[in-house]
Formats: sequence, structure tokens, C-alpha cells
Amino acid sequence: MKIAINQSVKGENIPQPGAQQLVFSAAAKKKIKTILARYPKGREQSALIPVLWLAQQEFGNWLSVDAMELVARTLELPYIRVYEVATFYTMFNLKPVGKYHVQVCTNCACMVRGSQKVLESIQKATKTSQSGETSADDLFTVTEVECLGACVNAPMMQVNTHYYTDLTPESAAEIMNQLRDGNIPEADTPHAPKDPVTGGKYEEVK
Amino acid sequence: MPTPILKPEDKVFKNLDGADDWSIKGYKKRGGYKGLKKILKTDPADIIDTLKKSALRGRGGAGFPTGLKWSFMPRPDGKRPNYLVCNADEGEPGTCKDRDILRFDPHTLVEGMIVGCHTLGAETGYIYVRGEYYDESSRLQQALDEAYEAGLLGKNIESTGVNVDVYLHLGAGAYICGEETALLESLEGKKGQPRLKPPFPAGYGLYGCPTTVNNVETIAQVPAILKNGLDWWTRWGRENNHGTKIFSISGAVNKPCNVEAPMSIPLKELIETYADGVIGGWDNLAAIIPGGSSTPMLNPEQAGEVLMDFDGLRELGTGLGTAAVVVMNKEVDVLAVMTRISGFYKHESCGQCTPCREGVGWVYRLMSRLAEGEGSKEELDQLFNLTKRIEGRTICAFADGAMWPVQGTLKHFRDEFERRLSA
Repeated sequence: MKIAINQSVKGENIPQPGAQQLVFSAAAKKKIKTILARYPKGREQSALIPVLWLAQQEFGNWLSVDAMELVARTLELPYIRVYEVATFYTMFNLKPVGKYHVQVCTNCACMVRGSQKVLESIQKATKTSQSGETSADDLFTVTEVECLGACVNAPMMQVNTHYYTDLTPESAAEIMNQLRDGNIPEADTPHAPKDPVTGGKYEEVK
Repeated sequence: MPTPILKPEDKVFKNLDGADDWSIKGYKKRGGYKGLKKILKTDPADIIDTLKKSALRGRGGAGFPTGLKWSFMPRPDGKRPNYLVCNADEGEPGTCKDRDILRFDPHTLVEGMIVGCHTLGAETGYIYVRGEYYDESSRLQQALDEAYEAGLLGKNIESTGVNVDVYLHLGAGAYICGEETALLESLEGKKGQPRLKPPFPAGYGLYGCPTTVNNVETIAQVPAILKNGLDWWTRWGRENNHGTKIFSISGAVNKPCNVEAPMSIPLKELIETYADGVIGGWDNLAAIIPGGSSTPMLNPEQAGEVLMDFDGLRELGTGLGTAAVVVMNKEVDVLAVMTRISGFYKHESCGQCTPCREGVGWVYRLMSRLAEGEGSKEELDQLFNLTKRIEGRTICAFADGAMWPVQGTLKHFRDEFERRLSA
């Protein structure tokens, strides 16, 4: 059975630009080759999570049904194998998110150090109220998440890939204001110029 | 007598605080990769023997003896390759030690992977990092690239004839993938649902081949033990608990931190020496989670006496786990925190086994209500009974880990529940 194109998994109709003819860019195709080089021959399914990551990066930070179908075609997997994986892992967004996906940890260590007030401050600064809600200007999606593993720097949040730690309600709101102005404040760990999803020199080495 | 504070030469992770250069240049300056060639020329059986004598136990939570685990791996038979898989899917609430290894000292792990692959007869290793650690793993990726460029990975490493390829694999957000067989499923591109054991990964692991899965810290500690010798390692800690360990001290302390310290250090000393004490003083302590959210809490009296090692905590009915110490003082609503932890397990249950899928949610709802003072005292018994009917009845240990903290809360805070219920 084929799931109707443009029908999102939650049953909402969300138009996707260029629907039905999604293709990976030439650069992305090259990256897929690097990804596949990491796994033995005949085990291409291992590349599913990295290629879903790539698809999410390529097509607006979420996975539409079209994007998942493209991944299935690319890896020659049945659509359902892609769908079940995409829905199992929380970091795959199954509906559009704002330009900044703000994920606030409220688990034990953060909770003890006041994450609730940080969350409220962020929600106030972004004019959102419920976890997973996107602001009216499509800039922010604020989600309450489980432990992000930076407990000695609690409370903390992740904005897209960046960790911001040792937050106070004031500093968290200030980061939101900076982002709204288009400035990305320096993260807790400035990342190296290597992409962990598609990086590596494996092709050359092999 | 106070436990000594480790000097740089006593530590495995010399740059855990991130003060120095994390790249290969800095790592080599700190003595990294020195002596690797000698290890790669050592017979794997001798390495495993040393590890057995070192009493190194898995740093990921279960505390299984590493030398013994490695001895379960068959030698490669030419038909099926062996694999070493590093578990960097750190997600146990309170735990954040592997993150600092990945971002501040990634080459300790790379060197550990090289030694581990050689010992286990594996030519391929995978490092499975949780998806949220994107920026951190970009550093690990750079460290891997640097190691390839320096001829420390790839074919014929240091002219020893040893071939090792190590690949980074990023997860996508699922706590359960920290369970070793769920991790292997995930690495194969499937949902991370644990496998029934046996067969164990050493016989049937990744792609059905012999596989060993170890935590980041465990793998990274192996080269240091081999290079510095058994006496260096067994100076620290009690019998069967030797070595150093990274403790993550978080929550209601004055200076939360990750610190490498000797095993068997008294918990009180650990908190007062490295985290500048409990906020409001030791007398203001309410409870301590000693090893990540799955380990039952300690009351202040126990916390004042316990030694931080596998056996010391087991005697008190809890565990060292990942050595993630979460401190709660009297200003903290402990019942609310424990309810939040229950909510975490409800969210993270993979849904495979009925007792867990249904039961963890049930426990969470009961906890939420009782912590708010709604319900009856009989329901406290019902809650305890329920945890006993979930524990031990599922494929993996996730459900046990979800039930133990609830049992610990009922053990130490039943009075508080009852006070709220009769208020």
C-alpha cells in the first residue's frame, strides 16, 4: 500500500516544496557514498540513520513522507523499514520545526538546578506555551526533552546542534533574543569543521 | 586518611577539564600514542591476562569484568569478522562523563579502539555516539581523521601488520540504544529494540558476527593500564574495584563537575573535595542518587559512610552504575524529581515487552498522583508490588532500571508520601 504523497505521518496535510520529485543534491549524493563506505557490502541498511540525518539536513530540518520515500529508494529498502526507524528515534522531526529547534532538558539534574524556570523564560521569550510548539514567526520550536548528558553544566539546552549550558532564566532569554536578531551565540563546545554524519576520509583510505 | 588527589601522571584522562589542546598534537604532548607499537606487538592473550589481573570493570553501568568479557571473543576464523563496538550512547540521567572525553580528550578513545581491535582480532570498530552529541562527535571525527593521517589507523599501523578501521556512527535519540543489543540493532539500521540473550554478542553480535560492546571510558582506559602496568593501576581502589574512575557530580552541590578520582573514594569526601560540598552544607542533604537515575538513592546516613565502588554500593542495595552522583538537598522536592525520572522511563521504553511498555507508564501515573498527595496509603503498597511485577520480566534490564529508583524512593521517603497523603 502506498501512503499518499504529502500526507504527513500525523495525518496533517503539509505541502512540501517540490513534492513528489525530491532528489538529493549532487553534494549529498557524494556524501551518501562516504556514508556507505563505512559499512560492509550487503549491509547498506546500516546507512539508514545517517542518510535520514542527511535528508533531514537537506530538506528543511524535518522528514516528510516524500523525504522518507527518497531515502527508501536511495538505499533500496522497503518504505516501511525507513518509516519505522524515522518514527522510533526522537531526533527525526516528523513535522516542520522552526529555524531554531530549542530543546530544553528538564530531567533530574537540570530540574534540581532550576530548569523549570529556564523553560518558562524561554517560552515567554519565544511566545510559545506547550512543549513542541512552534512560534508564530516560525523561528522557534521549543521542546522539553530528556537528559541531554551535560548534567554537570545544568540547566542546559540544545539549539539545533549546539549545547548552551549553565543557564539562568535571564541568560536563556538573552540567547533567544540573540537568535531572533540572527546572531548565533557561541556554544559550549564550538564544533570542529568535521561533519560526524557524513565526514571522514574513508573513501580515500579504502 | 584522605584519598589522594590524582596528579596528571596518575590520570588516564589528562585533559578532562578541557584546559589543553584536544587534537592529536596536544594528545601526543601529553604522552598519547607513545608505546602503542609495543602493545600492538603484544600477544592478545597476554593483554587479556593483564586486563583480568587489573580488575578493570565496565564503566558503562553494569561493572562486568572487562578482561573476562574480552576473553569470550573467539579468534577470527576467516569466515566471520570480529567487531569492537564502542558505546557512546550516553543517556542515563546524571551521566555526562563520555561527553567530556569526546570533546576534550577524544584521542584516548581512538587509541583505546586501536588497542581493543588488536586484542579482539577485529579489523573494524564502530563508535556509536548519541545523536545529540553532534558538536562533540565532530571533534571525534576530526580525531579519527588525524589518526588516519598519522598512520595510526588504516592498514599496517606503525609497521606492525595490524589493520584497524574505526568508524563513527551517530544515533538519533533513543536512550534504549545504550543497551548493547539495542545498539547493535540500531547500528544495523533498525529500531533500537533489544535482542533476547543468549546468544550473546560475543557469539552473535553485529551482522551476526562476534562482537564486543564496551563503554567509552572502559575502552579508553585500556591503553593506559597496559602502558603503565598493573602496579600503577591497582594502587587505587579496593580489591576487585581497582583503578580510577570519572565521577560526574551534579545537582545541589556548589561546584558540579566531572572528575577522575581513585575508585573506592568515600562519597562524602568526593563531594566535599571536588564539588565544594552540598549547597547549604552536608546537614542539608536529603538524598543522593549514586550512579545515574537507575540506581536507587542513598539516604544521608548511608551517603556519609559509603565507599564509591561496585561492591560498596551493592552492599547497600544500589550500584555504582555510571558513577553519576546526583545530589538533592532539603530545598529539593525529592518526590517530584523521582516522578520526573519515572516520566523519563515512560518516554524511553522501546515498547517491545508488555510489562515495560504498559507498566512503566502505570508506575509514572501512580507516582505523579501519590507525590501530589492524591490517593491512599494502600496505593503505596500497590506501587511497590507493581514494581516487583515488572522487574525481571522483560528482555532487557531497562525495566529493572526503571523500577529500582521507585523502590528506593518508597524505601527512604515513604514517610513523606504518607505525610502528603494524610495532609
